[in-house]
Formats: sequence, structure tokens, C-alpha cells
Amino acid sequence: MTPSALLWLTLLIPLAGALAVVLLGRHPNARESATLAAATALFVAVAAVYRAFDAGAVMTVSIAEPMPGLPLALSVEPLGLLFALVASFLWIVTSIYAIGYMRAHHEENQTRFYAAFAVSLASAMGVAFAANMFTLFIFYEALTLATYPLVTHAGTDEARRGGRVYLGVLMGTSIGLLLLGIVWTWAVAGTLDFRAGGILPAELDPGLVAVLYALYVFGIGKAAVMPFHRWLPAAMVAPTPVSALLHAVAVVKAGVFTILKVTVYLFGTERLAATPGIDWLLYVVAATILLGSLVAMTKDNLKARLAYSTVSQLGYVVLGAVLATKLAIAGAAVHIAMHAFGKITLFFCAGAILVAAHKTEISQMRGLGRAMPITMGAFLVASLSIIGLPPAGGMWSKWMLALGALDAGHMALVGVLMLSTLLNIAYLLPIPVRAFFSPPPAGSEPTGLREAPASCLAAIVITAAGSVALFFFVEPVRRLALSIVNG
Amino acid sequence: MIADQLPILQVVIPLLAAPLCLLARDGRLAWALSQAAALAALAVSVALLLTVQADGPISYAIGGWAAPYGIEYRIDLLAAYVLLLISFIGAVALPYAARSAAAEVDAPRLPFFYSAWLLCVAGLLGITATGDAFNLFVFLEISSLSTYILVGLGRDRRALTAAYQYLIMGTIGATFILIGVGLLYMMTGTLNMADLAERLPALTGTRTVRAALAFLCVGISLKLALFPLHLWLPNAYAYAPSVVSVLLAATATKVAAYVLLRFVFTVFGAEFVFGAMRFDTVLLPLALVAVFSASATAIFQDNVKRLFAYSSVAQIGYVVLGISLATPLGLTAAILHLFNHALMKGALFMALGCVAYRAGAVNLDAMAGLAKRMPWTFAAIVAGGLSLVGVPLTVGFISKWYLVQAALEDGMWWVAALVLAGSLLAVIYVWRVVEAGYLRAPAADTVVREAPLSLIAPTWILVAANVYFGVNTDLTAGLAGRAAALLMGGVP
Repeated sequence: MTPSALLWLTLLIPLAGALAVVLLGRHPNARESATLAAATALFVAVAAVYRAFDAGAVMTVSIAEPMPGLPLALSVEPLGLLFALVASFLWIVTSIYAIGYMRAHHEENQTRFYAAFAVSLASAMGVAFAANMFTLFIFYEALTLATYPLVTHAGTDEARRGGRVYLGVLMGTSIGLLLLGIVWTWAVAGTLDFRAGGILPAELDPGLVAVLYALYVFGIGKAAVMPFHRWLPAAMVAPTPVSALLHAVAVVKAGVFTILKVTVYLFGTERLAATPGIDWLLYVVAATILLGSLVAMTKDNLKARLAYSTVSQLGYVVLGAVLATKLAIAGAAVHIAMHAFGKITLFFCAGAILVAAHKTEISQMRGLGRAMPITMGAFLVASLSIIGLPPAGGMWSKWMLALGALDAGHMALVGVLMLSTLLNIAYLLPIPVRAFFSPPPAGSEPTGLREAPASCLAAIVITAAGSVALFFFVEPVRRLALSIVNG
Repeated sequence: MIADQLPILQVVIPLLAAPLCLLARDGRLAWALSQAAALAALAVSVALLLTVQADGPISYAIGGWAAPYGIEYRIDLLAAYVLLLISFIGAVALPYAARSAAAEVDAPRLPFFYSAWLLCVAGLLGITATGDAFNLFVFLEISSLSTYILVGLGRDRRALTAAYQYLIMGTIGATFILIGVGLLYMMTGTLNMADLAERLPALTGTRTVRAALAFLCVGISLKLALFPLHLWLPNAYAYAPSVVSVLLAATATKVAAYVLLRFVFTVFGAEFVFGAMRFDTVLLPLALVAVFSASATAIFQDNVKRLFAYSSVAQIGYVVLGISLATPLGLTAAILHLFNHALMKGALFMALGCVAYRAGAVNLDAMAGLAKRMPWTFAAIVAGGLSLVGVPLTVGFISKWYLVQAALEDGMWWVAALVLAGSLLAVIYVWRVVEAGYLRAPAADTVVREAPLSLIAPTWILVAANVYFGVNTDLTAGLAGRAAALLMGGVP
């Protein structure tokens, strides 16, 4: 098979999976097998793309050319590869988890759920491998629309309201700001291809460069830079597997990934570093990091706390992009992978607690460690990764980001990163600590061991172990990330 | 040679089929006749487009009388493009009409219905084909009068007031156009557009010519439903039979926009209209107000047909916006959007007709929870709605892309931002419909089923066209670009 055909497969496999899910809708076991098969096949395909890329193969796919000079095309570069690898691997794990969760929770409309999930993954692959900003935008919008039925899955008033905020913010920013930025870029540069070093003409006014960059940073609403972060907590009405894979990995990472991609391949890091007008963005992002953490501390609902934690953590990646030094960019890319494994574990745990103990509020979770030791142990490990402590992978990305900030001469931002670490400790660690060391609330009858279904536990263990493994075997990820900036 | 007679065949086929429908006296037979005529007209317009693309503009003297004395038909690229649009919609809508009109129009009136339909189509085709200003007025009246009948045939009694309202407003518009044409004739002694274009530049200083321009623009704007002259449109669309809404939304205002283009760029010339008279300072703000006020009104409608009717007013705003930029790119965007908007609204009004056919009403309450029962219909509404919003891979996105690009090219970044902000309002009103269909609980006793295939198939042909022309724009954007270049070149 030619390498370019592999690239086609990354789009076609999840779409075929969605079709199979719809056709097998009446046979739940066959339907879930189709999801698992598609997820596994997708990861194998992406891994094959990685091997071919590592061997130096050039892969491009041209799908169509809707407007002259604006092809719908795919190609491979390290950043997209990293994102695709993470998303496709975690789809397998999430599918395993979802089967247990959706059945234990007696969710309805499961066929629609799995089909929309597969379409979302296809869109995420399109985002990852887009060869130009036009293609990326198309898949970015497709991702928004494909996840909408997942957010409103419950069909309740609350879900409908959540769906409105979700769609309103994401469509509003992408059409109102991002599309404007894209057309503007096209008007001044005459191309939207991703090229190392950027595509903007050298004589472009630095003021306009700053305006354009701001349009991208805020227009890419999926990156949840304040004040356009409200959609993420609103999306938490979705079933937990959706929150886990899409709103901790695929969708939000598509956002920060796009910002990184725009930074490196449309603007060029050197161009940005020499643009004085974007410093204020650093402060906005720093504020997002700190405020996200502060709001997270006030939330008693576990999923809401995790959502605000995600807002804050996405800020790290955007910060790395806006800093635009080599180390910061690489650190941001690594953080995409690290945060993915950490946060998906936390969401898996939240779902497991909901299914097994029917608890959603943190204050009810005292003493839960006795009933759910594996879940809570995994929660602890994942928390360490999010905070950035060994032995979890999150440490490396924070390390690289801090060094990158130092490189750029922004001591204050190093301070922000450290302060944020303290805040992370304050809102995450008490949860497992109290679960293990506090007595259960008075009045609740003592329960024995009662964990979530086995498939949920398996998923939790895999991703938690992944977080630890990324601490010890970070080198391949780091190498891939550094090759983004070193070419 | 029949190929030489194509320009007149384009108009005469539906025009002659119309009285035959009356003689048929039977709904089925009348339908078959109309369908045959519509397909023939479609074939003629395809042939015309191919000929024009190959050999350049066609000039045709009716009855062999040469231009200053006889009537000239002149088919250039723009005209061929609009002819294709009209006859395509006419041909796709008729299979749909067979079922939909039979359900919404009393059986004895069906021959009248098809007869009026053909007259309307013939009128629209004639407006586009003719190169004579007075002949244009005649066809305008033919299409308008038949439209009043078509609207009035609606089942709802309010259709009658809507038709009457439209009649009054439409007649005022037609009168303004007639006065404008009369003034031009007085000054130049000719009604032929090409001759007018030659003689007018010497006379642009006169007050009469300026008055003629003003009369024509106001009259056409009424037909076009440009804000604030749009008040007739929402009721007419809302209460007309479903398939008539399809025809009107997809073609009538498009032809009015064509007339505006014709007079502004071919007859008067952009130099005079935008250079000397600064009409862009009027059209641009009106277009923007149209986009925002109509979109905002659409958000508060409960009758979904009215909702999309207001949306049409907003979309006309985009077309006029493109025209008012008066650059090749702006015109391309406007001409492109004529076609693209016809596809979107055609698909949407057809889908609404399916809902009306099964559920009997098209307000939000009646549509609550029907998505599960009518999956294909609602999928079509979602697809058409996304196209209206301008989501990539639909025609709406292509239109928006060109329009934003045109605004930026002129350095009017705020116009670009407003265009995009307008699409956000579209998200809101489209999503009200989607939410009603998908997320609300249906009435407990509902027995609604999916609409029959004869309604769903034409709907999905248009939905597919929305996607196809959103991916492959060679035909639409390519033609629009060349037509715009010709218009800007001032060549009639």
C-alpha cells in the first residue's frame, strides 16, 4: 500500500466505522465490535503513517479543489502526527470504557452516540493531517457539528442549554473571528498552505500581523482561551466518555493544536517573536491559566472542576505557542500528549464514580477510596501528571515550557507556571487524599469493594499507566516535538 | 435551423404550454404538460449556455425585425446563467408539485395553477432573455400577475391578503420601472438596451436621466425586496402553497437582482451609477441593514416558512452588498450568491413542504420532535440550514468566502466582519428549527410519517446540489467570475 493511501485510510476508517455502527444499530454487541474494530484499525493506520513518515516517505492526498488555489488536501508533519497518534490510541481505550459505561448507565440512543463519536474522530484526523488552513477549517467545523449530538445526548433541557452555549461559542468564534482571519490571510498571502517558516509576505505591517494572530487565537474557540471558554463547562452535560475523549482530548486538543500549527506554519515562529504587538496575548493566556485554576477550586461538581482545569491546562499549550521559542513550542506539543493521558484518566474516574457510586459532587467522595481503590489510585497518578510531578509525564512538558519562557525572557510567566502548579495541587490532590484518608460521611452505610464495570477499570488502568510510562519513555515524544521546530 | 431559434424557444415553450394547460382541464394532464415544457426549457437553457460559452453573446431579432424597430433578445453569459437557474428550479420543482400542489390546491383549480406556474416561469425567462427595456417590463408584469395568482391559491385564507399586499406593492414597483423606462425612451428615443447604453453617456448630466435611474432603482428594489421595501415578501412566501414558495424564493428575487445588474452595469454603466451618482453609499448601508434587521426578525418567527422568508430578505442583502462593492470580486460574489441562495432556499422550502404535507403546519410547535419520524426531511433542513449559515463544503460557504474576500480587497474589513456576524444570526434562527425538530418531545398523539418519495427525492436533489456546488465550483464560481468581468467591462 502506498503511504498516501494510508492517509486516506485515516479518514475512511472512522467514517466506515460510523456507517457500520448505523447499519448494526439493532445488534448492540456487533455494533460495539464495529466501534472497537474501527478504533483499532485507525490506530494501526496512524502508526503505519508514523513509520512511513519516520522512514522519510512524503505523503500527500488531494481530495478536491473547491476554489482555485484552495485544495482540500492532506499531508503529514510531526505535530499533526503526534495529535493523531494520541487521539487514535485514546479512541480505542475510550471505546472499551464507553461500552461498560453506556450499558451500566442505561443510556438511550447508543447507536447515534457511537456513530457521532466515529464521525468526530474522522474530523479530528482531518484536522490533524490538513495540508492547509482551508482544509483544517473544514474539518474543524465538522468536528463542532459532529460533537453537537453528543453534547445534547441526554435530550434534557439542561442538555439543550449546554448545546446552545457549545454551538454558539464554537460557531460564533469560528465564523466571526477565525474565518475572517483565514480569508484575510488568503487575501494578503495568496495561499493557505502550511509551510515551515510561515507564509505571510515579509513586508506585511506588524500591526496587521498582530491583529491576524489575535483573530486566530480567539477565533479558535476550541482552545478555550478566556473569554471564549464557556462552551467547555457547558459541554460537560454530555455522557462521560464524550467528556473524556472529546472534551479532554480530541476537540480541545484540536483547538490548541490548530493554534500551534498556525503559529509554526502560517506565521512562523521567528516572525511572531519579532512582532511586538502580541505581548498582550501572553497576559490574556496567563490570566486564563490562573483564572481557570481558581474557578476550578470553587467547583464541587467533579466534572465541572475538571472542565475548568482543562481550560487552565489548555492555556499552557497556547502560552507555548504565543511565546514562539523553540523549546516552548516543543513543550506545548508534548503537553498535548501529556495532558491528554492525564485528563482522560481523570474523566474516566469521574464516570466510574458516577456509575458505581452514583456520586457527582466532590464533597460526597470522602472515604470513597475504600470502595474504589483502583479508581482512586489512578486518579492520584493522573493528578500528579496534571500537576506536573514525577513519576508522571506531565512533568516534562511543564519543564520544557518553563525553559521556553526563560528563553523568551519572560520571568513573570515562569512564575505563572509555578503558581498554577500550586493551584493544581490545591484543587486536585485533596480529592484522592480525602477519598483514602477521610472517613465516609456519617450516616452512609459501610460498603465493601464496589468498583465500576471491568471494561471501565481496564481503560482507567491503561491510561493511568500511560501517564507513568510517558515519564520514563518520553524520548520519542520529545524527539517528534522537537522535529517540529528543527525541521 | 432550430439552434438559431433557441433564444425565443426558451420563452415561447412555457408561454404556449400555459394555455394548453387550461384546455387540459385535468390536474394530471396539466402537470404532465408543464413538466414536459419545463424539461424542454431546461434543455434549451443548457444548449444556450453551451453556445454562449463557445461563441459569445447571442443576438436574436424577433420576427426578423432588426433591433431599433423590432425586439432584440440578447443572451450573454450572465443571462444564460440566470436562465439555467430558472429553468433548473422550474424543472426540479414540478415533480414535487405533482404531489404537493395536489394536496394544497383544490383539484378543479389545478389546471389554473399549472397555467399560472408556466406563465410565471415564462415571464422570468423572458425578463432574462430580452435585450429590450420595454419588453422586460412586459415580461415582468406577466410573471408578477401570475405570481399573484399562485400566492392567492394558498389554502390558508391569509394567502389572499398576502397576494393582495403583493399585488399593490408589486404594481407600485412595476409602475416605477415603467416610468423609468419611459424617461429613458424620452431622452434617447430607443428602448433597446444596447442602444441605450450607447446614447446615455452623453446625457448623464441631465436631471431626467438621473430621475430615470432613481425610478428604476426603487422599482427594482421593490421587486427585489431590498430593505425597507421588503414588506410584501414574508407574507407572500409564508402563505403561498409550498411549491410556490420554492419557485418564488429560488427564482423571483434572483431575476429582480439580475434586472438590477442589467440596468446598473449594462444600461447606465458602473461609472455613472457608482462613480458619479455614488449609489454605493445608498446600497451598501441598506444591504447591511437588510442583513441584520431581517435576520434579527427571523429569529423571532414561529412560522418556519416566515422565518426562512425573512432569511431570504437577509440573503438578498448579501447579494446587494456584493453589487454595491462594484468590483469584479464583489460582483462575482453577488452573482454566485444568486445561484447558491436559490439552491439553499429551494431545498429548505421543499423540506418545509414535506413537513406541511404530513404535519399540516410548519410552525415550530407543529414541528416539535418530528425529526425521528421524518428523518430525511429533517436531515434536509439541517443540511440546507448549514448551507445558509455558510458551513464549509456547502454553497453558502463559497458565497461567503467570495463576499468576505471582496470586502477585504476593498479594505472594508468592517464590512467583512459584519457579513460574518450576519451568519451568526443565521446560526440562531436555523438552530431554533433544528432544536424543535430534534430535541423537543413530539405531541403524544402524532401519527406523522416520513413524506412520500416524490417529495423527498426533489428535495434531496437540491440538497445534493448544495453540497456538489460547495465542493466543485468550476461551473458556478467560474461562470460568475467571467460574467462579472463582462459586466465590469461594460460590454452589454
